[in-house]
Amino acid sequence: MKNNELETKSELQDERLLNSTVGRRSFLQYAGASAAAIALVAAGCKKDRGYENPTMDGATLDFKTDIGVLNYAYALEQLEAAFYIKVASAPPSAFTAAQKAYFQDVQFHEIAHREFFKKALSTAAIGSLEVDFSSIDFTSASGVLAAAQSFEDLGVAAYNGAGVRITTTDYLVLAGKIVSVEARHAAWVRDQISNGTFADLNSLTALGANNSAGLDGALTPDKVLAIAGKYVKTKINVINL
Amino acid sequence: MNILNILDEIEKVDGEIYERLSPRRSAMKDFFNVGKKISMAALPLALGSMFQKAYGQTNPSTVNDVLNFALALEYLEYNYYNHALTNSTITFPTSASNAAITTIRAHERAHVDLLKSALQITGADGYVDADFDFTAGGAFGDVFSNYQTFLKVALAFEDTGVRAYKGQAPILKGNAVLTTALQIHSVEARHASHIRQMVAASLGVALKPWISYAANGNDTGISAVDAVYAGEQNTVQAGIEINGLGGASQTQAAESFDEFLTGAAVKTIANQFIKTGKKLA
Repeated sequence: MKNNELETKSELQDERLLNSTVGRRSFLQYAGASAAAIALVAAGCKKDRGYENPTMDGATLDFKTDIGVLNYAYALEQLEAAFYIKVASAPPSAFTAAQKAYFQDVQFHEIAHREFFKKALSTAAIGSLEVDFSSIDFTSASGVLAAAQSFEDLGVAAYNGAGVRITTTDYLVLAGKIVSVEARHAAWVRDQISNGTFADLNSLTALGANNSAGLDGALTPDKVLAIAGKYVKTKINVINL
Repeated sequence: MNILNILDEIEKVDGEIYERLSPRRSAMKDFFNVGKKISMAALPLALGSMFQKAYGQTNPSTVNDVLNFALALEYLEYNYYNHALTNSTITFPTSASNAAITTIRAHERAHVDLLKSALQITGADGYVDADFDFTAGGAFGDVFSNYQTFLKVALAFEDTGVRAYKGQAPILKGNAVLTTALQIHSVEARHASHIRQMVAASLGVALKPWISYAANGNDTGISAVDAVYAGEQNTVQAGIEINGLGGASQTQAAESFDEFLTGAAVKTIANQFIKTGKKLA
């Protein structure tokens, strides 16, 4: 199986390094292979070793190429869109007219992002994810705002952390075009909860922010997916991270 | 993280690392001395530009060019907010409005310090208040006495900042520097979102936290800043029409993607606020 082959290759490279026979210039390649080996653990390859079910179920994000990064973004946009569709269809009664209108806007922004990735990826797109919002009280204004804040702040950290993986300039620019809109959402939602917290970087340190340096969150895909996982029923497999 | 340890590790597999990084070992010692002073947050920036030079993937001067360009914009923003808070007759209508500008000033100062550190600039700031004309030759004559005028210029600066960083991203592609630049970029977008809400509240206009559709891209109604929003009306992304996609209106389609500005366009905008002799080339 693919995973086992990859792992074997990584182990071979480990051995070569230990024996100090690795070429000097291979260091960076080794570093890459090592990262892939870590990802294999994250991908839960134990299941594949059972030899009972050789095909992975769920959605697979293969970070070897930009397709994997785009599918990762597509997965997150699916999650966000599903959340806002549910909010916009039956907003909490305590929402103001302005809040209802802006949640409607944000809903269409996220749907546009989702549909953009679906079209751009075409046949390479992962399937539709099944979401689980059972932990969110959609009748509560504070509950919905808190969940929206989590999604937006996480979305910003996800794009910020994934940007460096993108090798195609056009895709990198597109990710940049989307992430600033997510940051605008995040700031607005935060101000709805508590005015003035639009860029409270101290509250975002768990997402990789650094207030003293004025830096927003940035997380690697494995960390983002671990946080987002509670809202997704579909199994997401990660390889070549 | 210890930069010296990282370099030691690399030396084990690449004995020429020091020669790659600098032709003279003594120069590397100088770097170490600076490196010890570089803040942790600036390390990715400094390392990114160093390794790019060492392994020569792309033009070595480019990353530093971007960092210097970003630094100039951060000087502009920091000095603007600092002037408003410390040397103006602006009446902030609420403590919240004053606090928001204070928060934003702190972030811009942090960005200045981060970029200076990454570029190993240890001396005084390259731009000070006296280097700027925040009235833009009189277009915003009461910028430091009229709260609304002050907000309009702040709005232009923040939305320009977002577009500026976005435009530089391709040059940083695949480099550790990119992540840090993106982390600054989204903070600027958060600022822009809040300033837009402040403008809406103070001027009593329906300005949204995100850039909405206008025929010429400028949704603010402030014609003096048309150049800041040029192209924001775009609704086609990578050849895909967003207008109508998933039910999005033209307005929502334009809102859902921010657009970038080229470095040249940003310089033209910024130079309106920079005095002769210090203008960006």
